[in-house]
Amino acid sequence: MRRPVSMIVAGFALVLSACGGSSASTNPSPQASITIGVSVSLSGDFSADGKALEQGYDLWMQDVNKKGGLLGHQVTMKYVDDASSQQQVVTNYTSLITQDKVALVFGPFSSLLTIPASTVTDRFGYAFPEPAGGGPAVFTRGLKSIFFVQPAAVEDNLVSYTKWLLGLPSGQRPKTAAYATQDDPFTQPQVDKAKGLLEAGGITTASYKVYPAEATSWDSLALTVVNSKADVVILGTQEPDAVAFIKVFQQQHYNPKSLIETTGPDQGKDFADKVGAATEGVMVPAGWTAAATAYGNSQFVSEFIAKYGGKAGDISADAAEAYSVGQVVEQAAKKANSIENSKLITALHSGTYQTIQGPMSFDSTGKPQGGVGVYIEQWQSGQAVFVYPPTVAGSNKPEYPKPNWP
Amino acid sequence: MSLVLQAAALGILTGGVYALMASGLTLIFGVMRIINVGHGALVVLGAYLSFALFRSFHIDPFVSLVVTMPAMFALGVVLQLAFIRPLKTDREALSVLVTYAIALGIEGVLGYVFTTNYVELRAWYETASFAIFGFHITYVYVFGFLLCLAILGALFLLLYRTTFGGAIRATMLNRTAAQLIGIDVDRVSALAFGVGVATAAAGGVVFGITNAFNPGSHYDLISRLLTIIVLGGLGSLRGAIIAALIMLVTEDITAVLISPVWANFVFFVILVAVLIVRPQGLYGVRVRDRI
Repeated sequence: MRRPVSMIVAGFALVLSACGGSSASTNPSPQASITIGVSVSLSGDFSADGKALEQGYDLWMQDVNKKGGLLGHQVTMKYVDDASSQQQVVTNYTSLITQDKVALVFGPFSSLLTIPASTVTDRFGYAFPEPAGGGPAVFTRGLKSIFFVQPAAVEDNLVSYTKWLLGLPSGQRPKTAAYATQDDPFTQPQVDKAKGLLEAGGITTASYKVYPAEATSWDSLALTVVNSKADVVILGTQEPDAVAFIKVFQQQHYNPKSLIETTGPDQGKDFADKVGAATEGVMVPAGWTAAATAYGNSQFVSEFIAKYGGKAGDISADAAEAYSVGQVVEQAAKKANSIENSKLITALHSGTYQTIQGPMSFDSTGKPQGGVGVYIEQWQSGQAVFVYPPTVAGSNKPEYPKPNWP
Repeated sequence: MSLVLQAAALGILTGGVYALMASGLTLIFGVMRIINVGHGALVVLGAYLSFALFRSFHIDPFVSLVVTMPAMFALGVVLQLAFIRPLKTDREALSVLVTYAIALGIEGVLGYVFTTNYVELRAWYETASFAIFGFHITYVYVFGFLLCLAILGALFLLLYRTTFGGAIRATMLNRTAAQLIGIDVDRVSALAFGVGVATAAAGGVVFGITNAFNPGSHYDLISRLLTIIVLGGLGSLRGAIIAALIMLVTEDITAVLISPVWANFVFFVILVAVLIVRPQGLYGVRVRDRI
């Protein structure tokens, strides 16, 4: 007897909707070239970020090879696409280590992918320096081989923003805030911490919504934020939803005094192309800017433009974070006088490393320590500039209230 | 206007877009008894074609349909001739595999040509809006809804007012009997597949203006379109429209009243409940199983 076609199709649709060891390599001979393996998201939700990571890693490879290689070993990067999938990222690192026998591995994009990936790389004894997996869950699994190469743990990303808001003169300080965030290990901890700090500071929560990371339509959710009429809006977004929220706010003529999004506005030209003139006044937490004077940053920026074109303001922070991973590993290898993974892991657990994001060190769980912190960037006149704290903002001042949508 | 009413209005407007996208899928199933899993990828392809015309020649996305719909119609006919027609046995199951391969092929080509970065169609009406009782309705949704009405109206006229439509309906009712009375079922199937794919181009335009998309966007899209045509009844145009409206209104109201996390779940509860009472969907025709 045949099964009803409806059931087959319904089952298939349901499945689709649900979607979304050997030992570490030893030190190769001194002159041998080495391969570093990375799973990057070249398709799927994180494809824009994945491409930026690849650019950052490639630029570092070019630089380190120009300087004679990593402890004398010329470096080749091997990338495999994980399609932004947690299953594929596990397959990729397993394959890179067991089949390709790469000497080292660098991290993928997002906490979502870093968590399953690091379980695999740890099992094989590989050091796992990574540029973009900083959610609290990354550090609570007892792994000693993971190192998050950003200036601060992710849950602190919005702390600077809350300090700035609460530091405004009482007449200007917002009274209400609306929050919406993906249920993603990268975004939600940031928003939740900001919400706690602002509530403690007397700012009432007008709306708080958590939405699935795999959602593809955000209009009704954005309407909830619009209807809250909150003074400020704090969103835990990736790029597509960051753009979608702004569009609905424009459509509904809703002009909060301040709007900050965890990811999206940090994507340079890619973000500006989608939002147009509505970028003005939008904020994003950022640990890196093209204008920063940190170790090697100006060289990074000029080389990036020479290699990929565009302007300094077009460079994604993802690329800078990926480049920093290479810098950290380069210094750790020198310190350990080895590129053996076990020795790199030991070296990375102590000392301070200079990166284009500033100096950083790591605690026993791989969380960045004593870093310079995450600042606030704001789009002003077509480019994202640091506006807080004043020590890094220079003459730039936050636009507050944010100008109305064009 | 209260938040629930706003969500309902938004659901109706976006539901129209989904109805447009699902109409081609249900038409293709009705005529050929095949499940075109590649329909989402064809919608995304339609969006990319309009994107390319906009980027290169600054052609308004809606105006670009004059070019993209005939092009997609031709592509549909070619796909049917090359990949669907050769399926002679077990068409329902094999068509899933074949059209999934088509989807992956389209995704690969789009990724190569346009990269996997998210893009959006830009037009003045994407953010421009007018107010009704304090709720701002965006022109793009209104235009999309009107386009949906126009194309679905044209489809109804085609099906019920033309000889070709009669042939399509005859084929939908009974393929063998249609052949016996002299209808060239293969030709009807190829043309109907082309019409279905052409509607994907129209749906793609509105989808592309209201959503950032990349070549991988078809996975989520097809899962939603399949649930719509299952709820509406496989092969039923009217069912696809009603089901699309039910889906989007339910999801939007759930998102604002309870939580976006429950939006899909509530819709699936409705879907399962309907299938228990009416296994053929809201407007589907119950076909006796072969023993």
